[in-house]
Amino acid sequence: MVNNQKAAKRIKQRSLLKKILAKVFVYAILLIMYAPILYLIVYSFTSSSQIGRWEGLSFEPFIRLFASNNRESKQIWQAVYNTVSIALVSGVISTVLGTTGAIGIFYSKKRSKNLLEFLTQIPVVNAEIVIALSLTILFVMVKAQFSYATLVIGHVVLTVPFVVLSVKPKLTQMDPNLYEAALDLGANQTRALFKVVLPEIAPGILSGFMLAVTLSLDDYIITTFTKPRTGFDTISTYIDAVTKKSGLPIQVRALTTIIFAVILIVMVAINIRSSSLVKRRIKKEHEKD
Amino acid sequence: MSSKVIREDGFFSKVVSFFRKHHLTRKQLCIPYGLFLALFVVFPLLLIVYYAFTDKSGHITIENFTSVFTQKSNFSVIGMSLLIGALNTFFCLLLAYPIAYILANTKFNKNKVLVYIFIMPMWINFVIRTIATKEMLSWIDITSANHPLLATIIGMVYNYLPFAILPLYSTMLKLDKAQIEASSDLGANPVQVFYKTILPMSMPGIVSASLMTFMPTMSSYLIADKLGGGKTTLIGNLIALNFNQANYNVGSVLSLIMLLLIGLSLLLTRNHKEENVRGGLW
Repeated sequence: MVNNQKAAKRIKQRSLLKKILAKVFVYAILLIMYAPILYLIVYSFTSSSQIGRWEGLSFEPFIRLFASNNRESKQIWQAVYNTVSIALVSGVISTVLGTTGAIGIFYSKKRSKNLLEFLTQIPVVNAEIVIALSLTILFVMVKAQFSYATLVIGHVVLTVPFVVLSVKPKLTQMDPNLYEAALDLGANQTRALFKVVLPEIAPGILSGFMLAVTLSLDDYIITTFTKPRTGFDTISTYIDAVTKKSGLPIQVRALTTIIFAVILIVMVAINIRSSSLVKRRIKKEHEKD
Repeated sequence: MSSKVIREDGFFSKVVSFFRKHHLTRKQLCIPYGLFLALFVVFPLLLIVYYAFTDKSGHITIENFTSVFTQKSNFSVIGMSLLIGALNTFFCLLLAYPIAYILANTKFNKNKVLVYIFIMPMWINFVIRTIATKEMLSWIDITSANHPLLATIIGMVYNYLPFAILPLYSTMLKLDKAQIEASSDLGANPVQVFYKTILPMSMPGIVSASLMTFMPTMSSYLIADKLGGGKTTLIGNLIALNFNQANYNVGSVLSLIMLLLIGLSLLLTRNHKEENVRGGLW
């Protein structure tokens, strides 16, 4: 009896130790992962032109970022605008093209289905630099001017397979009887598609869109290759070009802090919403009982 | 209510008549997507093959290949790409595996918040992240001047760790807990439990985490550029260099080599089941 208690105590202690070790490990890795970003954020509150040299607390980077007569800040805001606009435009196009594509593939016969699914995998596994070079060669060959349109095409190539891959599982999970029932109840094919299939796969479409926007916002390689040759920069290409000549402008430190804060707020909002949704679902189930 | 239905009917009848007029059925919805892939994915790849076998005036030649393969430095670039790719994959797996295992434990990570925190750096711009890493490393005196290889690999691990965590995390969620418990009840020690149950069950995640880090590493020339300071040249750097000099023919040969390496790594992992790539992001 006493032995049993001792053993139970030892097991409890061991699992507690394991838990503490796991926590320490995860938080240590997180700290290391965030260190470079936190480093930039800390130095966004000092006026020093060089990161790593603290010159007292100051909001100079933010003031300069929002100064209306600063040439550099204007370029930065233009780059931010371009980045977001490309991400949204290519995201919407990818979502429409990818969703119709996924539905079409799902209802196709085996041979064209296999072919299209294989082709969808190509941009996923292909190296970005190879995609970029191959598109450049295409545009040069047909003598297309590098423009906003070529950049959007590049980003759609990068992101559209991921929309297809997010919508596909929702189509396979869908109850095929729903569509048939809609037809039996008098809906024509198009109406059944809009009223039955589309709402069923909506979560997949949304996550595909978010994934497309994420990949586009973060892209560097395809952007440098397919963007207009002069006078057009996204955040990626702007910072690459600027750091080739000199150090990071102090405004970029402030911008990083702002981006970080925005992401944090969005994450907290999503988290609160999803946890309240879970609570509501639990409440509903209780009411049923 | 009734007005809404009428308006919808108007819209739908237009769509329906459009579909009828052009004899469209639902499987034909994939036509625009198929055309897009043909035009902007397949055709450009065929162009790369064409450019690799022709010279600037369009005559068929194998000179591009001989010029690539007679230069010794190109072999060291391929070697360096494979080395950095392998080291990056190794360190990412080493860190991501225990992280994913812990995160998949629901007692520890109740509502997936930690997973989001691990992939959040992905939403801060890639180039900003790379420069930030460079600045921080130079603060602890690891620079492109004194440790180019170390700096490059640290930069790569920083960038690809989230991509390794995601597929591993989604396999870990599906681990059969009963099997793990049964093996320890039947007398396996913790090491045996790991080798005999957890490791084989998490193989799909390991395979796709490796592919997700190894293949793109060779093309991440910006990290090699900024952190290696020109001392760690990857195939990606060479392709970008040839592109900047408008030397598309040699660039195409290098792209074919890259495609070959990607094809080989896919072939090597062909027999393993894969976790859905980047699936768990949203």
